[in-house]
Amino acid sequence: MADSKQVLSIIQAIGEKIESEKDYLTELDQPIGDSDHGINMARGFAAVEKKLPTLAGKDIGSILKAVGITLVSTVGGASGPLYGTAFMRAGMAAPGKLEIDMDDFLKMLDAAVQGVEQRGHSTTEEATMIDAMVPALTAMQQAAAQGKDAKTVLEAGTKAAWAGVEHTKGLVATKGRASYMGERGIGHQDPGATSFAYVMETISSSLA
Amino acid sequence: MKKFINDVSQVENEMIKGMVKAYPEYLRQLPGGNVVVRAKKKEGKVALISGGGSGHEPAHGGYVGTGMLDAAVPGPVFTSPTPDQIYEGIKAIATNKGVLMVVKNYTGDVMNFEMAEEMAQADGISVKHVVTNDDVAVKDSLFTVGRRGVAGTVFVHKIAGAKAEDGGTLDEVQETAQKVIDNVRTMGVAISPCTVPAAGKPGFELPENEMEVGIGIHGEPGTHREPIKKADEIVDILLDHILADLDYTRHEVAVMVNGSGGTPLMELFIINNHVHDVLESKGIHIYRTFVGNFMTSIEMQGFSLALLRLDDETKQLLDAPADTPAFKV
Repeated sequence: MADSKQVLSIIQAIGEKIESEKDYLTELDQPIGDSDHGINMARGFAAVEKKLPTLAGKDIGSILKAVGITLVSTVGGASGPLYGTAFMRAGMAAPGKLEIDMDDFLKMLDAAVQGVEQRGHSTTEEATMIDAMVPALTAMQQAAAQGKDAKTVLEAGTKAAWAGVEHTKGLVATKGRASYMGERGIGHQDPGATSFAYVMETISSSLA
Repeated sequence: MKKFINDVSQVENEMIKGMVKAYPEYLRQLPGGNVVVRAKKKEGKVALISGGGSGHEPAHGGYVGTGMLDAAVPGPVFTSPTPDQIYEGIKAIATNKGVLMVVKNYTGDVMNFEMAEEMAQADGISVKHVVTNDDVAVKDSLFTVGRRGVAGTVFVHKIAGAKAEDGGTLDEVQETAQKVIDNVRTMGVAISPCTVPAAGKPGFELPENEMEVGIGIHGEPGTHREPIKKADEIVDILLDHILADLDYTRHEVAVMVNGSGGTPLMELFIINNHVHDVLESKGIHIYRTFVGNFMTSIEMQGFSLALLRLDDETKQLLDAPADTPAFKV
């Protein structure tokens, strides 16, 4: 499905996507959080972009771990540890691999989801990025089990991630700064779920 | 946005440099980051480290010095510092008696400090932490991450800092810090938002005749809005929440009237005037009062009230000498 060179270009593309959606993500954060999700993520991926040339030729596991560490050490807030853990765990699920197939990718995404749940002491229905991650993973696992090709599986994941984002609008946040809004947070789309949907969308369109 | 800054991306760094240049006898900046430590490391005592986003000045760098913190780790404006920076701070101040981290209960802060704690423990450094959660605006429940840590945290720095300076063990300093946390409650209000430099626009919009009640310290919205009232009535609203949450009757208390950065001292004293009258009328004895900007939110017009219930030990530790850029006893 993808070799390490493609993984590097996908990460580059994710960074570009985050940069171009930076203001939108920050706006989403404004009514419920502290209006910095886009700013923080863009700062992290700008640091990742600088690091990418040094990762050329490395295996996929090492690349993703390095990306995760860079995110943890530059993003800050809650997004840093969460996204950083997600990339690190995904990397740990692909040790030494120079190429991954859909089965590997699903294992990596599963590890990433578990990492985020653990780090954030969080689960679905709490209006967080997990509400986009879990539906994406489930949809992809189902599509893969039905023997669909990689493109179809990835598209199913992206669609489910966006549906998850939409679903966060109806939830009362119980984690993160949005939780301090209580019922007042209903109607707001979760910025973290949204940034994950962009990540998923970028992976999907890069490989399609 | 109208601010006295040079480059949005350099706000935190230039601020720390300026702070260290103002207080070289107290502060030293670690190379390669924005971490601030005591100019002269003090061995033989538990070391205290705290931090959080920038934009809360004088917190946290202003509390580094004798009787309070050994290190402060600032993140970007309103964003938690990253684990590698906290870890550098821990390593710089660690003594054989261990390190206590004072963390405010915000998801990002807790996660980043916990990651740093794990990194330092892997090095064999003895590290523990407490999480402050004094904000009564946010109800604690099984379904939430709990209340926010806000201005009451400064009392934790002061009292746990004195305990450490006194030679307390890591367990004892942690216990004392926790006792302060258990006995302090805070609530805030704002009449204007603040602008995070990197965002370039105010965190929320507030009509001229409204106030945002139950505000945190990161420019995030409060719990609800209502028409703005006279200062005394606003004090009554905040005190009602605080006093309903913890029984202060027949206790001696320390009061903190904390400005959010854009509120003049004139108004803070007007507020304090009524705080004293209300508490006295309820038979609550005020042992000591602190009025000023202790934990700010950039230029937000607002304030918070923090009330700490004291006992003999915390009274004595509150009175113990503290010599830091922003807090002297």
